[in-house]
Amino acid sequence: MESVNELVTILPAIIIGFAGLLVMMLDAYIENVRLVFRTTTLFTLGALGIAINDMFGHSGEAFYGLITYGGTAAFGAVLVLIGTLVTVILSRDYLEKTGSHIAEVYSMILFGTFGMLILVSANNLVTLFLGIETMSICLYVLAGLVKNEKKGVEAALKYFLLGAFSTGFLLYGMALLYGASGSTFLTDIATLDDKGMIYWAGVALLLVGFFFKISAVPFHMWTPDVYQGAPTTITAYMATASKSAAFVAFIFVLSRALPEARAEWGDVIWLFSILTMVIGNVLALVQDNVKRMLAYSSIAHAGYILIGLAAGTDAAYSAVLFYLFAYTLMNLGAFGIVAYYEWHKGLDFTEVKNYAGLGFKQPVMGVLMSIFLFSMVGIPPFAGFIGKYRVFAAAVDEGLISLVVVGVLASAASVYYYLRVLINLYMHESDPGITLIRPGVLYSATLIILAALTIYFGVKPGDLTNLLGSFKGISY
Amino acid sequence: MELDWYLSLSAVLFTIGVIGVLTRKNAIVVFMCAELMLNSVNLTLVSFSAQHGDVHGQILVFFSLCVAAAEAAVGLAIIIAIFRNHLTVDISQINLLRW
Amino acid sequence: MDTYVHLVPWIVIIPLVGFLFNGLFGLFSESFQTRKTLIGSIATLAVFIPFLIAAYLFILMQGDSESVSVSLFTWIEVGDFSTDIGYRLDQLSLLMVLVVTGVGALIHFYSIGYMADDEGFWKFFSFLNLFIFTMLNLVLADNMLLLFLGWEGVGLCSYLLIGFWYTDMAKSDAAKKAFLYNRVGDFAFLIALFMIFQVIGSLRFEDILNGTNLFTGEQVFIIGLLILIGATGKSAQIPLFVWLPDAMAGPTPVSALIHAATMVTSGIYVISRLSPLFMLSAELMLFVAVIGAFTAVIAATIALTKYDIKAVLAYSTVSQLGFMFLALGTGAYVAAMFHLVTHAFFKACLFLGSGSVIHAMHHVENKLHNEGKKVHFDPQDMRFMGGLKNYLPHTYKTFMIATIAIAGIPPLAGFFSKDEILVMTFNAGMGAYGEVYIGLWALALVTAFMTAFYMFRLTLGTFHGTFRLPGKIKEAKDAEKYLHESPFTMTSVLWVLAGLSIVGGFIGIPNFVVSTFTGTADVNLISNWLDHVTLNADLIIGKEVEWLLLFGSVVIALLGVFTAFRMYDYNQLEASDAGISEKLGAIYQVWSDKYKLDEIYEGGIVHPTIRFSDRVLAVFDIRFIDGFVNAVASIVRFIGGVMRYFQTGLVQTYAYGIVLGVIVIVAMLLFR
Repeated sequence: MESVNELVTILPAIIIGFAGLLVMMLDAYIENVRLVFRTTTLFTLGALGIAINDMFGHSGEAFYGLITYGGTAAFGAVLVLIGTLVTVILSRDYLEKTGSHIAEVYSMILFGTFGMLILVSANNLVTLFLGIETMSICLYVLAGLVKNEKKGVEAALKYFLLGAFSTGFLLYGMALLYGASGSTFLTDIATLDDKGMIYWAGVALLLVGFFFKISAVPFHMWTPDVYQGAPTTITAYMATASKSAAFVAFIFVLSRALPEARAEWGDVIWLFSILTMVIGNVLALVQDNVKRMLAYSSIAHAGYILIGLAAGTDAAYSAVLFYLFAYTLMNLGAFGIVAYYEWHKGLDFTEVKNYAGLGFKQPVMGVLMSIFLFSMVGIPPFAGFIGKYRVFAAAVDEGLISLVVVGVLASAASVYYYLRVLINLYMHESDPGITLIRPGVLYSATLIILAALTIYFGVKPGDLTNLLGSFKGISY
Repeated sequence: MELDWYLSLSAVLFTIGVIGVLTRKNAIVVFMCAELMLNSVNLTLVSFSAQHGDVHGQILVFFSLCVAAAEAAVGLAIIIAIFRNHLTVDISQINLLRW
Repeated sequence: MDTYVHLVPWIVIIPLVGFLFNGLFGLFSESFQTRKTLIGSIATLAVFIPFLIAAYLFILMQGDSESVSVSLFTWIEVGDFSTDIGYRLDQLSLLMVLVVTGVGALIHFYSIGYMADDEGFWKFFSFLNLFIFTMLNLVLADNMLLLFLGWEGVGLCSYLLIGFWYTDMAKSDAAKKAFLYNRVGDFAFLIALFMIFQVIGSLRFEDILNGTNLFTGEQVFIIGLLILIGATGKSAQIPLFVWLPDAMAGPTPVSALIHAATMVTSGIYVISRLSPLFMLSAELMLFVAVIGAFTAVIAATIALTKYDIKAVLAYSTVSQLGFMFLALGTGAYVAAMFHLVTHAFFKACLFLGSGSVIHAMHHVENKLHNEGKKVHFDPQDMRFMGGLKNYLPHTYKTFMIATIAIAGIPPLAGFFSKDEILVMTFNAGMGAYGEVYIGLWALALVTAFMTAFYMFRLTLGTFHGTFRLPGKIKEAKDAEKYLHESPFTMTSVLWVLAGLSIVGGFIGIPNFVVSTFTGTADVNLISNWLDHVTLNADLIIGKEVEWLLLFGSVVIALLGVFTAFRMYDYNQLEASDAGISEKLGAIYQVWSDKYKLDEIYEGGIVHPTIRFSDRVLAVFDIRFIDGFVNAVASIVRFIGGVMRYFQTGLVQTYAYGIVLGVIVIVAMLLFR
């Protein structure tokens, strides 16, 4: 009966999974969207609380080593659940205002989150595969949420076809690694002495699978289309929660299953990190649509994070975790405000020029957007700066100077496209025909809290970095 | 060694799947090619499982079958939605989102 | 003491809360902006409560208590470098906190009446609170970096408040001028910070003061000089003092708080804080003393010629700060801090009194306008005043008390502190570079005479005689009926400050005054209080000499007062000035032109710099730098513009991208 006691180690996942089922039932029998929304929020909040508590608890393996809990896994769960909670809260107003508020959204989000929670605790290829796929299938549905919106459905189709395509590579990689090592446990794969062709092919294809999920160049091409086409709050969810989950799982795979091959995958990640940073930033420069720009920006951020993975030390991994945290906060915030502006003119109101002069119409929203964008640029005193700084510092310690130089130059270039949004918000004449509704209390409070956290962890990162550093040897 | 034949077959099937995805225009066919890729991997898994005398590989196959089924359900729904909006399932004509 | 150390952060936090409260509510709620009593009370309390905390700590602390540090959190951590947001409480910082919060709270209270009709009321008070917050950071910081943050912060607040009426171009120019002159000093200060860090490896005062033996003589001189340059900027000394008179463009309470009582003294505070470092170099000390003495005399001569009552007070402030620097340069840190405290009392009183006068004159102008008369006059010009003592009795009495105090007439506050400085300067004449110090002492004595003279000229010209406005401007006939005393909120503050100007000196009665009669004495409270935290020069001269000097300075001050009464008592302001001008000729013109310093800076530095920037740097910037940057930017944009078309929107293109990536990775790993 060992396993029953171990259920507590995946309590957040159980809560979220149960909530998903409950919400689906509520929708079927009561048809009260508000009730569904409240249930979802409360359950997510509860799971988040438990996950935060787990970060400070002990860590280890459970279910015969299929999953790990505590430490990094718990932090991954926190990232995912923050993303989920904010997405849920922002989605209500956004979907109501754009006229597509349906209860299925919440159960799909919850099931997706369930997959992510499994993914961040996976210690076995089977759980890893299941987590990734549960997450992805829900995201395909969410991308095409608005069934009669041409772009949304197109985004869903692209995401789905390419996702299925990349799943093939991922699964093939897993199969080959299994073949080479005879085990599906990550730690068993690490003990393999004889590394033949099959092993290396397996590593290569596994990397492909992860590169697709984190949208590294040239596996990124789905990202801008899907981020632009999907409903904005869902984009926020994809950009933050699913990316964080994929990165945490990526760290686990690299550090637990492939520590011996670090030199080899280090080179690969080095190359793709540079590609991702350069191409992500260059293409972001020429975008006129804010959502698309943010999509390329998230690609660029993935490039910076890859620097940390290329360094491959515990310090670098903990820096990556901090970066993911900062990234989650500022992206949720920025997409939240993009979504807010869309309330007024419908789904197409996302061109940069649409934003002319809006900063003065609702000053609070303008200021918040500035905070999030400055944090993305990596300017102190915002969390984005600390994240970038720590990742770069860890890479310098490992002698990856060239990567850091490219990273710094790329972030310097990124100032252009982030500030372009601000210039439009503040320095252009606004269209007198546009009047902005005041956002609801919950909506603005959520964004203000995100901004406050962005500043707080930019000024005083010490506690969090110490906590992340205490997750000894990223393996639990 | 016998294993090589199974692996080669599966690799060939996988490659056919990849080529199919790259070249076919009909969304349903493209999707079927992706499914072919998954199934070829299943063959690899089963053969490794037999060689190692270990059931984990076969367990993974079961899960991958489930996932494929779920994907098929979602995928076909999306393709129907595409057809309703664009009146075609030719993926070479679906490019509203670009550049 | 240690058990109460947790109170220290609240001293700093409460003004910040006041700033945020008034600032945020004012920004977002228009109805809040009109609730002036609430805004003013909150802002005043946000300074008064820290004062109470400081007073409580003051009661608990002894003269020989060890300093305590309290660290809130680690602020910056880079490699070996780590800096905390940490506060250091010792006798010196606590004294500064008491002055800043005490005088600050009074001036906040006064401003409620003074600013009552201003639209930017909430903004004014939130800026004032922000100023107090940054100033407290400056004086309480336990490391140079946090001190620098406060140093820059008070500079920012000063800028915001000088230019508070920013729609007036001249005022906003004055704000810019103050900011830029300060920058020059700040730059030097920052370099000093780097050099200290290079030697000590830390910026904590504790490490610096314990590690003074690590500095070579040369380093001490250079670092000290750089800090001195920083201090001359903030504390308005030669050569950077020209911004302070212009800073009077701000509302008068601002002049009283920032440009007389607190911010301008931060240079003195910093040098006192680092006294063990400065004491290592006799040349450096001499330099400080020379700067101080010359600033004192130059500013005093300019003050003789001014008619704008705030300008006179501004130059008087510069001059008194010069006295403090002179004290620093003689190793009399206690005397400098003592004068800082008493000066805060009487100069705040004088400025607020002048505020009351300006308030009244403004009222007259407005009333005349209401009558339909187009009368325009400068409400700060004393040529239009005179005889105000009958109309503003409270203002007159308090102004007079403060004037007597600053003139150095016993037993008011200014007498003791100024005498102490003169004594210590003479005392320094017995040590290294003795002749120079004796010369500086003579200069200081002359300045003391001039101080008494111009301050009484100001007071008599403003309050005695008859009201001159109706005589100057025909339309303003009977205008005196509109003169009225300021409200109680303002006069009460004047009385408190006047009271302090009377008794403030008793904290520093020189020991010899009593010991001559009783044998030994220990009555110099401020010396006992600060002796522990500053490294002071020893007193060499005997009691007899001290008595001689004391009488000398009393005589000098009385002489100044007497002369002023002879010349200015009854409406003779302009006639007497013309007389002086005739006698002194060109020299008077130089004084009145402020030594042409503004023009010299303008012609010697500003214009050449602008020309150079315009003709050389701008061209280089536009042609080369911008050209290069723009070229890179357009190349990148071009590449991006081409590459975006790879993103065709077709699923299969994307799949090709993936396959390409697969091939690269597989090649890298399989065929190494």
